[in-house]
Amino acid sequence: MRVRRIKAIAVKEVLQVWRDPISLMIALLMPFMQMILLGYGISLDVKHLPVCVFDREASQLSRDLIKRFQASEYFSLVAGFDNYRDVTRALDRGECQLVLVIPIDFTERLSDTGTSAVQAVVDATDTNTANIAIGYAEAVVGGFSSDVQVEASAMKGGATDVVQPVDAQSRVWFNENLESRNFIIPGVVALVMALVGAQLTSLTISREWERGTMELLVSTPVTPMELMLGKLAPYFVIGLLDAVFCLAFSVYWFTVPFRGTLVTLFFTTSLFLIVVLGIGYLISTAIRDQVGAAQIGLLVTLLPTTLLSGYAFPIDQMPLPVQAITYVVFARYYVTILKAVFLKGSGFLDLGAPILAMIVYAGVIAYLAARAFRKQLD
Amino acid sequence: MTAALETPIIAQDLVKRFGRFTAVDHVSLRIARGEIVGFLGPNGAGKSTVIRMLCGLLRPTEGRAVVAGIDVAHDPEGVREHIGYMSQKFSLYTDLTVGENLRFFGGIYRVPHALLAERIRFSVEMAGLTGREDHLVSTLAGGWKQRLALGCAILHRPPILFLDEPTSGVDPESRRRFWDLIHALAAEGITVLVTTHYMDEAEYCHRVALIDRGRLIDMASPGALKKRKLGGDLLVLECDPIGAAVTALQEAPGVGDVAVFGNALHLLVEDATAALSTLPDHLARRGVAVARIERIEPTIEDVFVQLVGTSSAGQGTRP
Repeated sequence: MRVRRIKAIAVKEVLQVWRDPISLMIALLMPFMQMILLGYGISLDVKHLPVCVFDREASQLSRDLIKRFQASEYFSLVAGFDNYRDVTRALDRGECQLVLVIPIDFTERLSDTGTSAVQAVVDATDTNTANIAIGYAEAVVGGFSSDVQVEASAMKGGATDVVQPVDAQSRVWFNENLESRNFIIPGVVALVMALVGAQLTSLTISREWERGTMELLVSTPVTPMELMLGKLAPYFVIGLLDAVFCLAFSVYWFTVPFRGTLVTLFFTTSLFLIVVLGIGYLISTAIRDQVGAAQIGLLVTLLPTTLLSGYAFPIDQMPLPVQAITYVVFARYYVTILKAVFLKGSGFLDLGAPILAMIVYAGVIAYLAARAFRKQLD
Repeated sequence: MTAALETPIIAQDLVKRFGRFTAVDHVSLRIARGEIVGFLGPNGAGKSTVIRMLCGLLRPTEGRAVVAGIDVAHDPEGVREHIGYMSQKFSLYTDLTVGENLRFFGGIYRVPHALLAERIRFSVEMAGLTGREDHLVSTLAGGWKQRLALGCAILHRPPILFLDEPTSGVDPESRRRFWDLIHALAAEGITVLVTTHYMDEAEYCHRVALIDRGRLIDMASPGALKKRKLGGDLLVLECDPIGAAVTALQEAPGVGDVAVFGNALHLLVEDATAALSTLPDHLARRGVAVARIERIEPTIEDVFVQLVGTSSAGQGTRP
C-alpha cells in the first residue's frame, strides 16, 4: 500500500467534487436543508389543539370549566355552538379537533349527586393526536373536579387541604420540557450523515465506469485497497465536517442540550461514517451507472434510517417482527447513541452494547468494501 | 531477465471467448525491444482484446502472456509498473486541468518528486500544450487530448507502450505529429504496440500484424508483407462502366482478385507485362472504355484486402 497513490487519488477526488455542482450541493447544502426541514417539519408535540364548545347549560360552573380549557396551553378555543348540527359540521370540516359538550343539567347533577359528566367528542383520524387530546382533556377536567371538591368541602366547613389519597409526583428527566424536538434532532444527524455519505460515495466508482476513466485506472499499478482509501478519505472528512455543522446547528439554533463528550460523539460518528461510506462504495462497485447507484444508495441507507432507526418513530412501539428487523439497521445503533450522548450525557461505558454493534458492523462493511473491487474489465 | 529485455512482449496461443463468441483465436507473437508493431484490422477484429489481455485488463480464456518478463496472469500489478496504456476511448479526467491530470498519474505511478516537474514539462511540451497547463481537459481539441493522453502514459518512462487506436478521430496533421513522437520514443528503446484501422499508418510501423476475426493472419515488415503476400503484380484500371469491367475481368485469363478502390479498380495479375498487352483489347470487346491501366506499387491496404478475402474464403469452404 502506497501513501503516495492514496494521496493522488484523494486530491483528484476533492477536485472532482469541488467542480461538480451536484456533489458540492449534496455535501454542503443538503445538511442545512435536512436540518431545517426535519427540525421544523416534524413535531410530535400536541399544543394549541383547536377546541369547540357546546355549552348547553351556560352556568357559572360550566363557564369556569371552559375557562380551564382556555387557560391550558394544550387547547385553543375556536368557537362556541348552540346545536349538535354545528358540532358535527365543525368536526367534519376539521375546524376543531375536540368538542366539549356540557350537559344542560351539569350543575344540578353535581349538587344533587356529587358527580356529573361532560362529553368530549374527538376527531380520531390521527389516533396519536386523539389519544393525547383525550389525555389532556381528562387532566383539565380532573383538575377542575378536584377544585370543585375542595370548594364543596370548604362550604360544608370541612378541611380544605386533604384532598387526594395518592398523588403521583412525576419528575421528568433528560428532556425536562418534554420537547419532542430534543428527541428528534439528534437523530437527524444520523439522517444527514446517511444521506450525504451514501449519496456521494455511491457515485465515485460508477462515475469512473460511466466516463471511461476506469479502463485507464485499471491499467495502472494502483491496488484496490489504495483506490478505496483514496476515494473514501475525502468523503470521510466531508462527513465529519457535516457532523460538526449538524452539532453546532442542533445546539445553537435548535437549543438541543448536548450533555455528552465530543470524544464519544466523534468516535461513534466515525464508525457510522465508515459503515455509510462503505455501503455507498459497495453499491458503486456493483452498479456501473451513476443514476442507478444513487437510487440504490438512497434505498439502502436513507430509507431504513428514516423508518427503522427510531429517530422519530420509537422502536419499542413497532410490531415485534419489525423490531427484529431494526437490529440489522445499522442506523439504529447510532441513533440510540446520539440520543443518549446528547440528552443523557452517556459515555463509552454506558453505550457499550450499541458501540460494539457498530464496531462489528463497520468491520464487516470495511472488509467487504476492500474486497469488492476487482481490477478487471470482464 | 536478458530475454525479457530483448523480447518484452510475448503472447502464446492467446484465446478470449465472450460466451460463445471467440474474440481472439490462438494469437501468438513475440515483439522485440525498440520495435513499433502495428495491429491492423477492421473494427471488431480483436485488436483491442489482445492489447487488453497483454495489459492484464482482461483474463485470457486460454494461453499465456508474458510482458516485461512477467507472466501477466500471475502478477498483473507487476506488469503494470512497466507499461503505459492509452485506451481506445479517451480516458483522462476531463473535469481536471492538463496539469492536474499529469500530477495525478505522476502520483499513481510514484514518479520521484525530484523528476516529476521535469517530466511534466516534457509531456506538456510534447503535447504542444505549453501555456495551457491550467486549462480543463474538456476544453481541448481532439489532437491535443490524444497527445496529452500519451504524455500521461509515458510519465513514468515505461519500457513498453500499448496504444489502442491512439489516432482515431484526429486530424491528419496531428496524426503525423503523433507518429513522430512514437518514433522518437522507439528510438530510445521503448517497445510500442499500437492498433489502428488507418491503413496508411501501418507504413509507419516496423512490423505489421494483420488481424481479422480474432486471428493473426500474418506479421512482417510492411515491405515484406507487400512483396510476399500478393503473389503477383498489381495494376490500376480506370474505366467505364466499372460494373461491366468487373464481370469482364472475371473471365479474363491471368487475372486474380479484383477490388474497387474509389473510382478505379485494383487488379491482381500473374504477370504485369502480359496483362497490360492483352487486357485493353479484352475489355474493349466487352464495351468497356479504358481510361488508364498501369502497374502500381501495392499498399498495405491492397495486401489487407487480398488477405482478408482469402482468409474469409478459406473459412467459408472449411467443412
